Amino acid sequence: MNDPHTGFIVASYALTTLVVGGLVLRAVFDHRALRRAIAQLEARGVRRRSARREEAR
Amino acid sequence: MPRLTSLWNLANPTRFLGLADRLLPWLAALAAVLLAVGLYLSFFVAPPDYQQGETVRIMFVHVPAAWLGLFMYVMMSASALGTLVWRHPLADVAQKAAAPIGAAFTFVCLVTGSLWGKPMWGTWWVWDARLTSVLVLFLMYLGIIALWRAVDDPARAARAVAVLTLVGVVNIPIIKFSVDWWSTLHQPAAVFRIDGPTIHPSMLWPLLVMAVAFTVLAIALHLAGMRNEILRRRVRSLRLMEAEQLDAGVEPAAGAAR
Repeated sequence: MNDPHTGFIVASYALTTLVVGGLVLRAVFDHRALRRAIAQLEARGVRRRSARREEAR
Repeated sequence: MPRLTSLWNLANPTRFLGLADRLLPWLAALAAVLLAVGLYLSFFVAPPDYQQGETVRIMFVHVPAAWLGLFMYVMMSASALGTLVWRHPLADVAQKAAAPIGAAFTFVCLVTGSLWGKPMWGTWWVWDARLTSVLVLFLMYLGIIALWRAVDDPARAARAVAVLTLVGVVNIPIIKFSVDWWSTLHQPAAVFRIDGPTIHPSMLWPLLVMAVAFTVLAIALHLAGMRNEILRRRVRSLRLMEAEQLDAGVEPAAGAAR
């Protein structure tokens, strides 16, 4: 691509990649952290009522 | 009415989590494939524009980002109705998960628009109706995110945010028709027109593929965001339960949270 405005095109795609990549990574890391937090709470014996009902069945 | 029953079943957060776990890998894979095809078409099939040259390739990320900025706001408004009319917690969750995604795509639209404007219009920014109304949309998203963070109780926050969201929805037709109602530097609609698209098919098809790819990606991100928000609420209620038990001097093992 030999264009006087290549820098603008590259910057546009780079920014889009950065923002979309950020959204994906945020979703993945958030999910891992939340699952870990729930596992830690359950390991300490704290359970949702519905989970206890399911266990009792 | 079995169909209605199954819809209500999906509105149960636990069932929704199961559905999200099953759907997300497929949606993510579909978005990746569509993005790869869209990028190939955008860079290797679409020709340079006769006036703009290669710079026209910015359109393939700018336009889908703009559509998604609007799409996520419309999704948020539909969820806001769910919050206010049916007071359904899943509608609250859908509202909250949509805001950062919509804000991110609107931000991409604004910055790539600026990067396209500088070489084509000779300026980074003008206060014309289209650009200003999209900036207002971005500020609305930021206000909504701030309001979510300002109120501790998620149900109260959801109702306040729903009202704000529905007030802000008036901006959506203003953005869409701004280029027709006022004289703007921004070009008029070129794809969704009564008399058909004015873009040549060699550029229209890559644009449509990129738009579908971005939409599938946004739906996947929204689903993932909703799943995370449900889990965040579970963590919150479990922590509150644990704190109450510790306050009362009860062993946590005896407790339960919603």
